[in-house]
Amino acid sequence: FLAGFGSLMQDVLWCFSQVKGTIDVGVTEADIISTVEFNHTGELLATGDKGGRVVIFQREQESKNQPHRRGEYNVYSTFQSHEPEFDYLKSLEIEEKINKIRWLPQQNAAYFLLSTNDKTVKLWKVSERDKRPEGYNLKDEDGRLRDPSMITMLRVPVLRPMDLMVEATPRRVFANAHTYHINSISVNSDYETYMSADDLRINLWNFEITNQSFNIVDIKPANMEELTEVITAAEFHPHHCNTFVYSSSKGTIRLCDMRTAALCDRHAKFFEEPEDPSNRSFFSEIISSISDVKFSHSGRYIMTRDYLTVKVWDLNMENRPIETYQVHDYLRSKLCSLYENDCIFDKFECVWNGSDSVIMTGSYNNFFRMFDRNTKRDVTLEASRENSKPRAILKPRKVCVGGKRRKDEISVDSLDFSKKILHTAWHPSENIIAVAATNNLYIFQDKVN
Amino acid sequence: MECTLDAQSLISISLRKIHSSRTQRGGIKLHKNLLVSYVLRNARQLYLSERYAELYRRQQHYPDGAPLLAMPVCPPPAAAAPPELAALPLPADTQDREARSCGAARGGAELLEVPVCAAPPELQRAPCRDSSPGFYRAPGSAGPGGGGGGAAPGLLYAAGCDFGSGGAPHCSSRTTVLDLDTHVVTTVENGYLHQDCCSQCPCCCQPAPGLASPPPAPGTKRKYYPGQEEEEEGVEEGEPGGGGVAGGPPFAPCTKRARFEEYSAEHPQDSSNISNLISIFGSGFTGLVSRQQADSEQPLNGQLCSKQALASLGAWTRAIVAF
Repeated sequence: FLAGFGSLMQDVLWCFSQVKGTIDVGVTEADIISTVEFNHTGELLATGDKGGRVVIFQREQESKNQPHRRGEYNVYSTFQSHEPEFDYLKSLEIEEKINKIRWLPQQNAAYFLLSTNDKTVKLWKVSERDKRPEGYNLKDEDGRLRDPSMITMLRVPVLRPMDLMVEATPRRVFANAHTYHINSISVNSDYETYMSADDLRINLWNFEITNQSFNIVDIKPANMEELTEVITAAEFHPHHCNTFVYSSSKGTIRLCDMRTAALCDRHAKFFEEPEDPSNRSFFSEIISSISDVKFSHSGRYIMTRDYLTVKVWDLNMENRPIETYQVHDYLRSKLCSLYENDCIFDKFECVWNGSDSVIMTGSYNNFFRMFDRNTKRDVTLEASRENSKPRAILKPRKVCVGGKRRKDEISVDSLDFSKKILHTAWHPSENIIAVAATNNLYIFQDKVN
Repeated sequence: MECTLDAQSLISISLRKIHSSRTQRGGIKLHKNLLVSYVLRNARQLYLSERYAELYRRQQHYPDGAPLLAMPVCPPPAAAAPPELAALPLPADTQDREARSCGAARGGAELLEVPVCAAPPELQRAPCRDSSPGFYRAPGSAGPGGGGGGAAPGLLYAAGCDFGSGGAPHCSSRTTVLDLDTHVVTTVENGYLHQDCCSQCPCCCQPAPGLASPPPAPGTKRKYYPGQEEEEEGVEEGEPGGGGVAGGPPFAPCTKRARFEEYSAEHPQDSSNISNLISIFGSGFTGLVSRQQADSEQPLNGQLCSKQALASLGAWTRAIVAF
């Protein structure tokens, strides 16, 4: 399958592939998935949850015998990444929820990923062990120490095959650098550094050094009463290791160049779209807050998500996005209720497909949306157990906004706002997507013809 | 936009959210509270402008100056952004502010003192009328932009200012303040409030004698940042600031700020204090929201003022004064 594959909406039919997670009616809060990320080859898929656990799935090798089962993802490793902590000085509990996972590119047999909660970033090494040494001189097979005086001959231990064991070990812990809640981490293209961003500051780390970091952005005002915006997301440019962007709660994006100054408080570019005064409401500030920002794989564009729309910006044009897609504009008249029930604060993420031709983001009622940038077509799909027969083709869904509701449509008032898809991921080169629906992870693939 | 909530309900809901964020796991979410404060500001602007409009209507109706019920002399508010916010790039704001705040005061200064709780119920329950979208749309009318885009929303207070009808205006102000955390009632006397209302009302810009009063006596309590009046005044009325609100030692806004900054430097986790303040008392505007530390058990005395200065870290948690 080529990278420039089936990007046209009409060509791609999405099918259910797998679902991970329990079917229980009551959802344990700790099981709620809080981040999803494919690694750079798509071989591994990691999820983090509110309970601080990371689960890594690995795609099985394609089998000639069953070509239609194009590599299923099975559990590869599970580990507890973060635990709840208590900051006694400030009387604050620090949640163990995993906010973000980012993979490092693979450089040897082991896999490395960064996982973060609100305060601490950790580098985990995930490695396989399929051999173990046998024939020690000083201890027997059970591990008990032998009495050295009883040993009459020496032998060289040998490595013997064993059942595959995958172990995850924390290799670095990057702590105590963030006063506010970490919302993003991003690995630099130099593979030596990465950044972590909280509400007011962005820090640059070297993977090898855990006791210091460089502060590269600080928007904290001298007087907190002057605070008008916070940092909501940040990401490094995919190719230029000196360039990164960060988004704000005011709906703006700043692009910074680390070569210009040590502290990148002055942006190199400033992306902002003027507000449409006819849309002004009590909640204008909330719905313009950007919840996610992602560079395209090409590095030419950035995509931002705010409450109602997804926008694509060309790095060369700062005064407005080049494309704006309505995710669920029918919610515009419901903002009051969504404010009351806190849904208006939900932070949806957005993703590019491998060729940057299609973008995807989540919505409510376990709906998620895809927009084809070339054909301008869009589709709404649903992640639900009802549509979970193997290789069942997903039927497009439609929300009816009033007037007569057709048979298959769902009315706005019937939407289940507790079923929200905040986190999705797209395989780097194939049409495979992972969609997190509360405590379940759905994997969909395009139909193999 | 369809809105099933009136401004006051929105304010209540917003305050409740800020309050409940105190007890949420993981500590206070700065981002969420900032967004809630914007809603608070927007709703409050609408609320105040509606009351103001009502006041003006009544005034028209009773031109002879029969005691009217009115609340804020001048909506401090949205316009009452700290000086720093003046720099925010919202050119429309200045217009809005000039158009709205103190408009009625300038118009004739026939405002009379009123206890807010006696405000007509219909004001308190003003539904979100069609005028509200218009409220936001029309520049030059009371627009939300008047907030200076600032995160200093939620500074809600109403200073009572007593103007004799038709006569030389004088200000005798007495505000009763209920601290919801300690349930202690304090009365703020003339010296303090007089200046504040003067700073906003061009009709009453003579500093009362003895205005340079000593530091707030025990029993008085500072509620907000007089510095804001300074700024507002400078921008809108061009007056040097009747009574010298700014910097006067008695009011210590500068001192307060200095302390704030000092404290702030030592305690980077400002956001943790944001939600220490707010409780809801009855309907939105009839309670005091105290800016104390959550764990504070200080007796309410003069010391509280300075401690409050130290405690006043939270960016945008505000005092709501009850009459």
